[in-house]
Amino acid sequence: MKRLWQPAYMSLVFAFLYLPIIVLVVFSFNHTTYSGLWHGFTWTWYKELFQDTDLQTIAYHSLLISTFASTVAVCIGALGAVAVFKYRFIGRQGLHALIMAMIIVPDLIIGIALLLLYHFFDLTLGFFSLLIAHITFCLPFVFVVVYGRIITLDKNLFEAARDLGAEDITIFKKIMLPLLMPAIVAAWFLSFTMSFDDVVISFFVSGPSYQILPLYIFSQVKLGVTPEINALCSMILLITCIAALAGQWFLRKKP
Amino acid sequence: MKMSNRQFKIMAIGFISVWMAIFAALPLLLTFLLSLFKPSTTQVVVPHLTLHNYVDAFHYLYIRIFLHSMLWAVFTTVLCLVVAYPFAYAMAKMPSKYRALSLLLIMVPFWTSSLIRTYAMMTIIKAKGLLNHCLIALHIIHAPLQILYTPVAVEIGLVYTLLPFMILPLYANLEKFDWRLVEAARDLGATPWTSFSKVVLPVSMPGIVSGVLLVFLPSITLFYIPEVLGGAKSFLLGNLIKYQFLDGSNWPLGAAMSTLLLLFLLLMIGLYRLRHQRKNAGLFV
Repeated sequence: MKRLWQPAYMSLVFAFLYLPIIVLVVFSFNHTTYSGLWHGFTWTWYKELFQDTDLQTIAYHSLLISTFASTVAVCIGALGAVAVFKYRFIGRQGLHALIMAMIIVPDLIIGIALLLLYHFFDLTLGFFSLLIAHITFCLPFVFVVVYGRIITLDKNLFEAARDLGAEDITIFKKIMLPLLMPAIVAAWFLSFTMSFDDVVISFFVSGPSYQILPLYIFSQVKLGVTPEINALCSMILLITCIAALAGQWFLRKKP
Repeated sequence: MKMSNRQFKIMAIGFISVWMAIFAALPLLLTFLLSLFKPSTTQVVVPHLTLHNYVDAFHYLYIRIFLHSMLWAVFTTVLCLVVAYPFAYAMAKMPSKYRALSLLLIMVPFWTSSLIRTYAMMTIIKAKGLLNHCLIALHIIHAPLQILYTPVAVEIGLVYTLLPFMILPLYANLEKFDWRLVEAARDLGATPWTSFSKVVLPVSMPGIVSGVLLVFLPSITLFYIPEVLGGAKSFLLGNLIKYQFLDGSNWPLGAAMSTLLLLFLLLMIGLYRLRHQRKNAGLFV
């Protein structure tokens, strides 16, 4: 009896977590428009998806923003984590606290605050407003992931390199970067996932000229439910799952 | 190009500092400043300092929405904790080969879009959805249940979306638990319940607190879950603040509400830090 409740309960929770997702994916192949019942298999909705040129543009926007944002966030975040770890400078504690605080500050408030900033500096909402916002909310996560790895590294390696006359940039390039690479790659994938899925912050900082996928889905879902959206959501789930799993895989990999 | 130690140091510190200063600290500061200005219908900012927005923010209608949101957030958090704790406990006690797979299965919903997951839940609970079809087929009900567009739907959506955020920190904590402590307690005559409540529960407290924070904070501000799943009555704090910036267009009032919300959250986290004097007490375990 005691052995049984644990797997039974776990299966129940997994069913709760996965059943809606599975139904969503299965119904993206359903041969009917509005019914909740199964009417046979079809590729129709995926075909329509791939013929929709407006949607292709939106998907391209999303991929572009997420790729750029995670790349820039990883560069700045990883270098920043090294800086906070390695150097003692004025405002170091403040910087660290600000980065940690940005993880706690709700997306809603980050979105609003950035909207005000753009308004204040008269920046048109579009590609750059989205890109800056996405870099900003990915940065703290990159920092946390990379910093978490640096503190586990053997400090003697850096000391030894310095004793042998290596410059800081050499230590960074030849020792830190290779050791941190799995964490950095993981941070890139996780940033990509977060950026690709973000609704709340993008909602405030995007303009009509530059639409992205999560906001398109948000507007469609409020209008009503069509199998085409199911197909689109299934595709996005596939992309983010791959990115998230890749991120987790690199995160667990030891250098 | 050869870079001196000094140049490298300036570059490494500079990039992140400048970015965080301009795009994190400055916007938050601007939000606070805007909350001190008088609202106007013709322009966003009128050069007139006032605390009036804060007085307005304490309107009884807004306080009611705030309390309502808090109640929902507490309810969501408790529900997540009750569901997640036995799960994380069972997961931590599994043989390690199954543990890795379970962890992976929890990670996937943790990272996938909560909007899409909310939408998935919508397709299950809608009038012609799977749930109603199953219940009718099983002769449990005769007419479809109207769950979608009710507060129940919002609650289901919140728990569904935020459950992995509770499970992960709990599991990460329980995974490190030394189960010999329970054996010791049992050997010394403790009942299963006593050994749980006096040994396991206190040790897993940091995991509980991390999970509570990770669920409680988003459940106040995730405005799209009430918007997608809820009806007209599901207007939570996140929706209220969003409304001030878009449809209502009272930016200074919205800024005052955001400032108050942020202060409230910082106060909560401050209290937690005060009780657990651990440096970098892990929000992510």
